Amino acid sequence: MNYDVAIIGAGVIGAFAARELSRYNIRTALIERCNDMAMGTSKANSAIVHAGFDAIPGTLKARFNVEGTALMPKVCKELSVPFKPIGSLVVAFSDEEMKTLEKLLERGNKNGVPGLEIYGREKLREVEPNISEEAVGALFAPTAGIVCPYELTIAATENAVVNGAEFIRNFEVAGIDYSGDTFTLRSADKEIKAKIVVNAAGVYADKIAAMAGDNSINIIPRKGEYVLCDKTSGSLAKHVVFQCPTPMGKGVLVTPTVDGNLLLGPTAKDIEDKENTVTTAQSLAEVLEKTKKSFPTINTRDIITSFAGLRAHEDSDDFIIGKSAANPKFINAAGIESPGLSAAPAIGAYIAGLVRDELGADAKPDFTPVREEPVRFRNMTNEQRKALIEKNPAYGRIICRCETVTEGEILDAIKAPAGARDVDGVKRRTRAGMGRCQGGFCGSKVVELLAKELGVEVNEITKFGGNSRILYERTK
Amino acid sequence: MTRNITCVTCPMGCGITVEINENGEVTSVSGNTCKRGETYAKNEVTNPQRSLATTVRVNDGVYNVVPCKSSAPLPKDKIFDCMKVINSIQAQAPVKLGDVLAENICSTGVNIVATNHCPAK
Amino acid sequence: MLNYDIVVVGGGPAGMAAAIRARECGIDSILILERAECLGGILEQCIHTGFGLQYFGEELSGPEYADRFICRVNEMGIEYKTDTMVLDVTEDKKVYAINKTDGLLEIQAKSVILAMGCRERPRGALNIAGTRASGIMSAGTAQKYVNIDGYMPGKKIVILGSGDIGLIMARRMTLEGAKVECVCELMPYSSGLTRNIVQCLDDFGIPLKLSHTVIDIQGKDRVTGVTIAKVDENLKPIPGTEENIECDTLMLSVGLIPENELTKNAGISLDRVTSGAVVDEYRETDHKGIFACGNVLHVHDLVDFVTQESQIAGEGAANYVKGLKNEAKYITTKGVGAVRYIVPQKVNILNEGDVKLFFRVGSTFKNATVKVSYNGSELISRKRPRLAPGEMENVVIKNDMLKGFSEGGVIEITVEG
Repeated sequence: MNYDVAIIGAGVIGAFAARELSRYNIRTALIERCNDMAMGTSKANSAIVHAGFDAIPGTLKARFNVEGTALMPKVCKELSVPFKPIGSLVVAFSDEEMKTLEKLLERGNKNGVPGLEIYGREKLREVEPNISEEAVGALFAPTAGIVCPYELTIAATENAVVNGAEFIRNFEVAGIDYSGDTFTLRSADKEIKAKIVVNAAGVYADKIAAMAGDNSINIIPRKGEYVLCDKTSGSLAKHVVFQCPTPMGKGVLVTPTVDGNLLLGPTAKDIEDKENTVTTAQSLAEVLEKTKKSFPTINTRDIITSFAGLRAHEDSDDFIIGKSAANPKFINAAGIESPGLSAAPAIGAYIAGLVRDELGADAKPDFTPVREEPVRFRNMTNEQRKALIEKNPAYGRIICRCETVTEGEILDAIKAPAGARDVDGVKRRTRAGMGRCQGGFCGSKVVELLAKELGVEVNEITKFGGNSRILYERTK
Repeated sequence: MTRNITCVTCPMGCGITVEINENGEVTSVSGNTCKRGETYAKNEVTNPQRSLATTVRVNDGVYNVVPCKSSAPLPKDKIFDCMKVINSIQAQAPVKLGDVLAENICSTGVNIVATNHCPAK
Repeated sequence: MLNYDIVVVGGGPAGMAAAIRARECGIDSILILERAECLGGILEQCIHTGFGLQYFGEELSGPEYADRFICRVNEMGIEYKTDTMVLDVTEDKKVYAINKTDGLLEIQAKSVILAMGCRERPRGALNIAGTRASGIMSAGTAQKYVNIDGYMPGKKIVILGSGDIGLIMARRMTLEGAKVECVCELMPYSSGLTRNIVQCLDDFGIPLKLSHTVIDIQGKDRVTGVTIAKVDENLKPIPGTEENIECDTLMLSVGLIPENELTKNAGISLDRVTSGAVVDEYRETDHKGIFACGNVLHVHDLVDFVTQESQIAGEGAANYVKGLKNEAKYITTKGVGAVRYIVPQKVNILNEGDVKLFFRVGSTFKNATVKVSYNGSELISRKRPRLAPGEMENVVIKNDMLKGFSEGGVIEITVEG
């Protein structure tokens, strides 16, 4: 198949690149090695839109963070993704840390971050009542917020697909050839041709670049482990609450999620294996210990799950964005670690601009920036629910009790552009199985619905593609 | 020969020791705290029996399988033989609770009966 | 808006028994709301036998036990709606529910009986390290796949938790041809019935590893193995005792949690230990006319006791609707020491009958003495040859004793020995 541009990796960067490219008359393929988008770093991170005071002025991180964060409210509105600008606090526990806050404030001002303010003890306790007694002050950033990273990725992909981009799953790029004016991307059994390639391959961006002859990138996966608490804990923190940064990252944070849970983490550990998202007992204990420094009343009984994600840390400690020195038709978006989520809309737009100029493409007159809002039964009033079920009875059957997800929503998720193909895909789109029972009750029903919609046997349904089947053969 | 058995007749779970002679006859029972325990222990070493509950395949039913049980306890050592037979049965929907799905399974004199309904699709 | 005298939330053994009893007490207008496709609740997938020995004096399978009540519900013409999910129960006893045919139901009840049952504790609550591969499931989920859907959820299995569901599933999977490598239990004792340990594990040579837990899960797509380790007296893994076991499935049977989201939303007070509502001897919550029974109130060991408790709640709700119960003078009950909790948590001393107090202990005892005291002075002392955390115990407070109590008094139960 021939495309103008092939984007490798359907994480948040690839998805936004695809969405921004779909504004133009450009044939775009968004290629993903997994069975769904947002399967790498984009599904397991802090889910934070950073204000932008962390990055060193002049870096790409600083630039795209501030630009991306500024775009975020509008983009989320267009894509019908909840974004909550709850603001962030960097909490200091000593006079020395208060000095760090001063430095962060100064850096933020240089980066053009609006509204930064340093709070003293009283003000901090007023806005964040459950904060530790030991906290002496905080840096407040009003533009920071929270967003669900995979929901954002899914929405951007759907929007790209509706506008003509193609989403290609289960295509793991094993080799790249370039002949004059065309790249050939090879998987184990298929080929895709494109005039331009965008490398948004996350922790594998170095390997992909090397396949195209660019050996300048070296990505070290930096593992972060998180703990997620039940919604009963969700109101413990009112802001994204950081501790003072360390050389390894922004330190542990405590934050509500857009869905009302409480997220704790992450740890930061450089590892070798790009597939290692294993959680460890030590790290989980570390997360709890460190986050309790900020919020001593965190209740371990409310933990519903834990997970680990890999940040794509590049040796240069900055994003690598732009045409490769090895081949100007090969565009890198590599080393996208924090604040990559915040920066994604800006990076996507920047890359689309590069491609557009390279191809001399026109704007598409019928581009629609709006992704229709999916039905969210749990957020509706009873009146709305009544009308909805009258229109379509499938919304009258609850599949996931903990999160109040209906059959209709699950069918929507499967039928969506670039829809769900596995249980985790349904979960990320609808929250079915994300509640306190973690799929104990609804898992088998989701499997049934997937099988029926996809026209396969229930034992062909997977948790997340590949060999992750849930059931073996019939008992008899 | 000596056999050590955990009694299951009540939640006490007494550890019972049973002595058996070369003819397979029980010569002594000890460790039990009640008469029922003695009876259980004797049966357990001479003729252990177990109830069997499993499922049978159903054709054209709303479910793939219907649950079933042995109408009486089966000799313990025949459980897997019985499973083999049960796994080969194909019941036709509708199945009603109490329907006999297999008679005199493995010549034990025990029937396999459905323990739930499975309406036709 | 529909109107019913009694709305029962949940059509499992608890809800059905409560509804039947309320009908027997003369209430005609009763509606049971059940979220599954049929009545019966979790019993429908519990195809093993052992139910009903106490209540019917026979050994029934779960579906058979349920069927007796389903038949009775039908004979009595008690109304029910299946595939119907209750979304909200309000303080003034409005019940909001949905299904495909009625859409959104708004029901005004005079009395509500909460009988939603319980759910299994998931992996996350344990924070087991490792991957997120396919093949990690609760024993109850696996039970549904095997017994109702007729599919094998795994072939080489490690089970964590020796509660009865875990033990039952060890046997069930073995009968279906799977290899159960072992059952690990964190505690130094099993919370399962002795009968189940003998007949589900010993019969098949499945090792029960007490004081062991799973510390790591391996496998990228499907589980390929787990690491287990022995734990010390503080339940912490002991370094050097790790053992890797190849398997494709990890089944969890690590506890049940009453499903009290509706109860919480209605503003009903919950007991921290049972995770169920605080109730009186009729299982009435602190919201007049709202009752709770079965596993939503506290996790029971035997369904027979669920039935009995629910009949009490059904009678209480009927009395409430008929306006029979008016005055109340409460004493409270309190478990002391090894007695973890008592249900009911309070008792009306104006009650006309005897009152059975159910309790559970936190550790095992042999030849123990159960002591009941009222305001510090001993009332009852009973020998018990054995007490275990997995088994519910009870003592009866005779009505003449109740008559001697005064409002605000405290009954305490302790265990010695």
